[in-house]
Amino acid sequence: MRGHLPPFFANAAGLLPLQPLEVMARHLMTNAMAARPSFAARLGEYCGRTFAVDPVDCPFVFVLMPQDGGTHLSVVREAEHFDARIAAPLVVLLGMVDGTYDGDALFFSRDLSIEGDTEAVLALRNAIENADLDLSTVLGFPQGIQGPVNRAARQVFMRVRRLLDAPEDSGPNGVANGVGLS
Amino acid sequence: MTTPLELVCPAGTPAGLRTAVDAGAHSVYCGFRDETNARNFPGLNFDRAEMREAAAYAHAHDAKIAIALNTFMRAGATDLWKRGVDDAVAAGADALIMADVGLVDYARKAHPKQRLHLSVQAAAATPEAIAFYRDHFGIARVVLPRVLTVEEVSRLTAHAAPCETEVFVFGGLCVMAEGRCMLSSYATGKSPNMTGVCSPPSHVTYREDRDALVACVGGFTIERFERGEPAGYPTLCKGRFLADGAMSHLFEDPVSLNAVALLPRLAEIGVTAFKIEGRQRGRAYISSVVRAFRKAIDAMAAGKKFDIDELRGLTEGQRDTVGAYKKTWR
Repeated sequence: MRGHLPPFFANAAGLLPLQPLEVMARHLMTNAMAARPSFAARLGEYCGRTFAVDPVDCPFVFVLMPQDGGTHLSVVREAEHFDARIAAPLVVLLGMVDGTYDGDALFFSRDLSIEGDTEAVLALRNAIENADLDLSTVLGFPQGIQGPVNRAARQVFMRVRRLLDAPEDSGPNGVANGVGLS
Repeated sequence: MTTPLELVCPAGTPAGLRTAVDAGAHSVYCGFRDETNARNFPGLNFDRAEMREAAAYAHAHDAKIAIALNTFMRAGATDLWKRGVDDAVAAGADALIMADVGLVDYARKAHPKQRLHLSVQAAAATPEAIAFYRDHFGIARVVLPRVLTVEEVSRLTAHAAPCETEVFVFGGLCVMAEGRCMLSSYATGKSPNMTGVCSPPSHVTYREDRDALVACVGGFTIERFERGEPAGYPTLCKGRFLADGAMSHLFEDPVSLNAVALLPRLAEIGVTAFKIEGRQRGRAYISSVVRAFRKAIDAMAAGKKFDIDELRGLTEGQRDTVGAYKKTWR
């Protein structure tokens, strides 16, 4: 499957406890929300819905409940209760967050699947799109070093995606320029 | 002297607008976060403060901003649309895009100097209709319906002058007479004409069935995508149905319009503006498509040849077509 992490990664990750991953994910989420305070307003009435974000090549699922004033996040082996589920390989999900991928294009190509409340998924996708997140912001780095860090990160992520045969990059962080002149 | 060609690009969010401008859009179209525009989807569009900032960003980068108020006013609630017009003008809109003749009349009277465009939702597809809007309301540009051939566009463009014409060149393809299609209303009670949504996501569900993806709208199963088969939006006109013993797309296949090959001809016949569809699409789509078309337009202006063959991955159903421009499907 394109974009999937190698099976040994999933097997190894399955042996690890989830709590450290959950602590780290919450920290990154807190940074992102602090940098983008309008996120909840854009999500509007869909605040309070439960989203299962499922990296299908990993033995865990992120369960998010965005709320005005903070987003509750937990990491579980299997999500049993959710309003909407978004599933794709991990690198594809990360590529949606940083604007590398267009969610509709991933859906058309069947690299991403959704189930449950379609309207809530759309609201979340649009709110993430408008958040315009990058690695430095999520890691909470100071403004002065964000540019070089983001450029380096884009190169690394691009190589990883190619290594995993993930969908081709496009967009502001991608490589497509679309036109050949002659 | 000929009018320079204009690339008109979509923006569903402030970040999308900045992406479009940075990618080379000559102008960007967008709408308020309510039922006054035909892309009234959750999490999309601009509040009043965001719209003012968006206009300032566009103007600071030599781009224009057109604000769409292109649904039809609801009786008893027309103030919502009129307030939208007033706020769009106050935000610094270079043009308003409208469909409702009553709203066009209000905008012309309340803001005599404001540039007005006629939305594709108005379905003005005859010289008489365009002349009416041009002569009575000073409409400066008409966005032509996506049901016309190149030759029909040519004749309408000649008749419309000095009113400019704008045509869709890329994105989701609607081959219905927009503004008059009732399919979505029939199945869901909501439509792009009145509430700004076609086959609204609140009425869309997907489920997995033995490796296939089943898409439903308003409780009707309209499509089943087998494993590995490219998917499309579950709009009713693009569903597969059983009729006369055969399963097929009745109205249209889930494909996207890509008229890049027709750009030179469209420019030659006097079309002023090329429009990219997709306010509901992400920054990746906007950036790729806008850059590609801007390079194509610049190449045309410089007398160079161009080709674009890398946009198919962004298209619905992973396929594209020149749609009605050549009417091979009719």
